[in-house]
Amino acid sequence: MAAGISNLQGETSYRYRKFKSDSMMAITVGATIVTLIPLFLVLGYLLTKGFASLNWAFFTAMPAPVGEQGGGMANAIVGTLEVVGIACLIGVPIGVGAGLYLAANRASQFTNLVRFSADVLMGVPSIVVGIFAYAVIVRPFGGFSTLAGSVALAAIMVPLVTRTTEEMVLLVPPELREASLALGVPNWRTTLSVVARTALSGIATGVILAVARVSGETAPLLFTAFGNRFWSTSLFHPINTLTVQVYTYAISPFADWQRQAWAGALVLTAIILALELGVRWVTGGAAKAPR
Amino acid sequence: MAEKLIVKNLNAYFHKNRALHDVSLAFEENRIAAIIGPSGCGKSTLVRCLNRMHEVVPGATASGEVILDGNNIYDDGVDPVQVRRRIGMVFQKPTPFPTMSIEDNVAAGLTLNGVQVSRAERDEVIERSLRQAALWEEVKDRLRRPGGSLSGGQQQRLCVARALAVQPEVLLMDEPCSALDPISTARIEELLLELKSAYTIVIVTHNMQQAARCSDMTAFMYTGDLVEYGETKQIFTNPTRRETEDYITGRFG
Repeated sequence: MAAGISNLQGETSYRYRKFKSDSMMAITVGATIVTLIPLFLVLGYLLTKGFASLNWAFFTAMPAPVGEQGGGMANAIVGTLEVVGIACLIGVPIGVGAGLYLAANRASQFTNLVRFSADVLMGVPSIVVGIFAYAVIVRPFGGFSTLAGSVALAAIMVPLVTRTTEEMVLLVPPELREASLALGVPNWRTTLSVVARTALSGIATGVILAVARVSGETAPLLFTAFGNRFWSTSLFHPINTLTVQVYTYAISPFADWQRQAWAGALVLTAIILALELGVRWVTGGAAKAPR
Repeated sequence: MAEKLIVKNLNAYFHKNRALHDVSLAFEENRIAAIIGPSGCGKSTLVRCLNRMHEVVPGATASGEVILDGNNIYDDGVDPVQVRRRIGMVFQKPTPFPTMSIEDNVAAGLTLNGVQVSRAERDEVIERSLRQAALWEEVKDRLRRPGGSLSGGQQQRLCVARALAVQPEVLLMDEPCSALDPISTARIEELLLELKSAYTIVIVTHNMQQAARCSDMTAFMYTGDLVEYGETKQIFTNPTRRETEDYITGRFG
């Protein structure tokens, strides 16, 4: 056989394939860098601007009256935690429950409808969800309130938590479910103590991601929780939140307020980053346990 | 020998598809019955009908009678949960609960069923079940480790221990050795012979040598029909039906 020729051909095609591979690799690396540049620019700008305005008073003091320098966002920090916390109390049980239901009843017409609705809800602009909360809570109760803000955020969380819970539960091998049923464990107990328990770290991940998502929402809070320059933790009064406060300060003409807006944005980003790290921690811990 | 479990005219369906055709046979106390036959012949479906696990799959239904100690488990008003506590099951793939330790896995049938037991009783159940499953010596020093940390063969014996902990009367095994190596398989087979004195055992197997080695009775199934059922020795040496002979001599299947 003409070994030399076949060798030569092999060599050319190898060079050509290597060239193609390297080019593709260069393109994808380039695309990755282009994607990351804005992220680091935003984070870097936020850090330089935010840290300069951050001080102890920012965490402990109330917003200063117009015209006065200084002050902080103590009420907004507490307010964000309260609004998001109550949103979790409302949204997580509904979302997890619905997700368990969807996973347990895969193919009925009703569950297809629920699944489709959840997918549509995830795509609804958050300001529309705010209008929904305005209509069902703010108007009947006669005013802006913490509760209205929490309901709006919960409405955003529910479809997210529902779908992630369903996906996580479906990852649990059906054999485990059968093994539990074969021990004479009732269906409801099997679902909760074996299936949901096995999927728990995945469900927790979904919940924390949903929390991170709604913590950064401004639009649905504008006409539900509204904002408040004073201290309030009441469920039925307007409450301040970081996002709304940042929004208000950022569009104001005062340099001091604009600086505080940067600090607020930094604190909010730090809270969300901490939640994401929490996700890592939860899933990392779960990865050690065998499936 | 007392007949523990009597199957009469059992039919099983997946939606419209009929998987078992009028199967009738009886399983005797303190004996091991093996069910053999080619893939898809309905072996697994048959055992899953015996503790009402068949109906767990969406679209699966069964009709006919399965009589446990004189009571039909398919009667109206019979709670499948109660049936499954009396008729335990071990599956093809080892399925220890991944979130539980070895001891919690064994006690799962008690804790998940809300049975209140003292610490001492619980420990006693765990040790007895693990000893019965011939696993105690291997795991007694690491009962708190996750069930998934064991080898495949140990996991399968853990599943046997878990099934035994609820003290069933009948033990169903659906190809319990098909995922195991020959040594683990031998351990499980020894175990079956030890358990025989206390339980009624039904084992589905793809492995004809296994059926010949450890069973007293053998049922041969083909395309949803029970072709032949009799003493294992007779089935393997002198089958009455042509299909049985063809199958055990390897001419088809």
